[in-house]
Amino acid sequence: MAANTVLNYLPRKSVVHELTGTTKLAFFLLFTFASMITYDTRVLICLMLFSFAVFHLSKIQLREVRFMLVFMLAFLFLNNLFIFLFDPDQGTNLYGTRTVLFHLFWRYDVTAEQLFYMFNISLKYFVALPIAILFISATNPSEFAASLNKIGVSYRIGYAVSIALRYIPDIQRDYHNISQAQQARGVELGKKEKLISRLKNSVSILMPLIMSSLSRIDIISNAMELRGFGKDKKKRTWYVQRPFKRNDWIALAIGVGLLVFSAVVTFWDGNRFFNPFQ
Amino acid sequence: MRSPIISFQNFSFQYRAQKQPTLHDINLNIYPGERILICGPSGSGKSTLASCINGLIPFSYPGECTGTLTVDGVDAPRSSIFELSRHVGTVLQDPDGQFIGLTVGEDIAFALENDCVPQDEMHVITDRVAGLVGVENHLGYAPHELSGGQKQRVSLAGVMVDQVKILLFDEPLANLDPATGKQAIELIDEIQQKSDTTVIIIEHRLEDVLWRHVDRIVLVNDGRILADTTPDELLSTQLLTENGIREPLYLTALRYAGVAVTPEKQPDHAQRLLLSDEDTQKIRSWYSACTPAPQPDERPVLLEVKDLSFGYTKEKKNLQNISFQIRKGEMVAIVGRNGAGKSTLSKLICGFEMPDSGAILMDGRDIADDSIRQRAMRIGYVMQNPNQMISKNMIFDEVSLGIRNTGLSEDEIRARVEDTLKICGLYPFRNWPISALSFGQKKRVTIASVLVMGPELIILDEPTAGQDFRHYTEIMEFLRGLNQQGVTVAMITHDMHLMLEYTPRALVFSDTQLIADRSAAEVLCDPEMIAEAALKETSLFTLAQRCGIAPPEAFVERFIEYDREVRSHGSEHGA
Repeated sequence: MAANTVLNYLPRKSVVHELTGTTKLAFFLLFTFASMITYDTRVLICLMLFSFAVFHLSKIQLREVRFMLVFMLAFLFLNNLFIFLFDPDQGTNLYGTRTVLFHLFWRYDVTAEQLFYMFNISLKYFVALPIAILFISATNPSEFAASLNKIGVSYRIGYAVSIALRYIPDIQRDYHNISQAQQARGVELGKKEKLISRLKNSVSILMPLIMSSLSRIDIISNAMELRGFGKDKKKRTWYVQRPFKRNDWIALAIGVGLLVFSAVVTFWDGNRFFNPFQ
Repeated sequence: MRSPIISFQNFSFQYRAQKQPTLHDINLNIYPGERILICGPSGSGKSTLASCINGLIPFSYPGECTGTLTVDGVDAPRSSIFELSRHVGTVLQDPDGQFIGLTVGEDIAFALENDCVPQDEMHVITDRVAGLVGVENHLGYAPHELSGGQKQRVSLAGVMVDQVKILLFDEPLANLDPATGKQAIELIDEIQQKSDTTVIIIEHRLEDVLWRHVDRIVLVNDGRILADTTPDELLSTQLLTENGIREPLYLTALRYAGVAVTPEKQPDHAQRLLLSDEDTQKIRSWYSACTPAPQPDERPVLLEVKDLSFGYTKEKKNLQNISFQIRKGEMVAIVGRNGAGKSTLSKLICGFEMPDSGAILMDGRDIADDSIRQRAMRIGYVMQNPNQMISKNMIFDEVSLGIRNTGLSEDEIRARVEDTLKICGLYPFRNWPISALSFGQKKRVTIASVLVMGPELIILDEPTAGQDFRHYTEIMEFLRGLNQQGVTVAMITHDMHLMLEYTPRALVFSDTQLIADRSAAEVLCDPEMIAEAALKETSLFTLAQRCGIAPPEAFVERFIEYDREVRSHGSEHGA
């Protein structure tokens, strides 16, 4: 059975995959910060092009991350919709002019400034999105645990994440099987049911799921202990650990560079917004 | 005299939560390089004995130990689970559950990582051990890409990286199909010869373990050691049968034919067995004296599957062009290796998945448009693990769940549930919480909760997996009782005994196809079919061949018929 997880690691041979987990985490944070501080369209476009290029380098195909992509795009659409509904004149406040393109109804005019503002918001999504997806899909969880451990984070935390990822497909499969068997006994979860009874019905799936997961936990913790997990409180070595290489330094340098670039261009004229209307 | 590597001296153990000790006064010596089988029925204490050796007792499951237990020079109850893991490598029962790493390589190296072995050295050891168990080409694979047998090889490699002197296998056959189980026993044999370790196998499936030589069998029941002797000696006594362990079928056949089983006959393997001309003659005349089972008359078709095909993805088919019929009142086995499409078939029949092409008919009517719920009223599906089906705390609530919201009045519901509970022998427990029941009783609750809907056909996924002979008989006799009351039963199973004894007919699946629809005895006497579907030939076949009885399947069928008579009357006429 094809176990399709929403967030999964997609192994490839690529420059991006070969960076250590620590580098990817640090770069992800630097880059997100660089895109957060700025509304400058020119900076955002530069960052977006960079972000697309990195995604291309990773050799991960768009359709492989379709679910995350669709999810985030839907979120982006909602975000824009609500910005417009709550404050259709946000753009005017920011850019100081009001160029009405056409009138919708009541207080809602579509202005060039508002559209431009929302365009910038959308750009930010497209800047951060590919890098965020890559951080999830191109980082081997065990290797990530290893590199977190190296910078002083307890290996138990990293390993907990690793184990969770290992068992997500199994638990999804359990869930699937349990819910099918319950449906056969008249436990409906479909849209036809009222919300209350749907909630009640989902309990009859959760209970067996929890029971079977508990027995899994019992087995796994015995298996881990029998093979010496936790023998040394602080240290442990890692099968998949990678040394810090030249490329890691380069990636970090690029991350810092982009952050500085974004900050300098953005705050040069004392305004976080690039204004084409004046 | 060599000194023992494991030595129990007047050893007793009592779990903290229990009033009585689980192990009483155990005295057992195991010597380096020996191969020991510890057998006993469920709850006999055999797993507790194993947990004492690897340190799960008393370190994970606390309790009180008295007497002494020395494992490879270590005072076990006073050391630690980590210390013991350097000496004893344990392969647990569930090859999937104990797979810790995200890939094969990581899983094998897990113990080395915890030991802080430097990375380069770790890779060298992992590669070497992976080669030893034959998974060196799968180091980058994730667990769901492996078969059950491969996962078990990985588990074995994972404990061998420590260069342990003792390998402990806790019911290694429980989750494997018959052919893989046979390979697992061969692998254990091979590894022991290569690595010069002491091997301890905990199993109740005696005949399967004896596929390869073992030095001694330790029989445990009620927390005591009842026998500690060679297989040949033990098999010549009645001790196994008396303690709920099924002796190999060929030996039962010998006894029925009036051939005395003695150690001199080397009864531990059907091929090695020494048979005199007189013995052969006795078996032949017993065979001719037995009457063949009467053929049941043809009954109307209940379920018909026509040219069914299905794939979870477009690229790969899971079932192709499946056609068969099940008649009213039949009991059918669905067999074949893991991943051959058996479970997928039951999902299609229940309506959990929709076929890509083909049709499923009940009483001649296509049920394609029936919902899961509508089908469930006629076709009941019982999952392998009862814990995955039970969602209520009380037995009554659990069983009544399926007929709630069907327009029945509360009185009608009560009456139907109580009737079902009576059929299932659960009526006295109707107000009990489910958590107080044993595994077998829970299984019955899940069957009851399906039966209450009044299905004409029930499909059971592995109804007897992991059960010892007594529980196996209990569950299967119960199902046979239901069958005699008119319920048609189909079972997905890996258990060759079940198939021989309870289902006259077997549907054999291999690699998405239905490759045979024949009598179970015929299937298990057909070496080609056996190889293709990962089954295991019955030792009765070997015996029939050695006595020159043809066709062997007739011998098998008559044996089963005779055995059923004997067991249902609770006495033996033969011996």
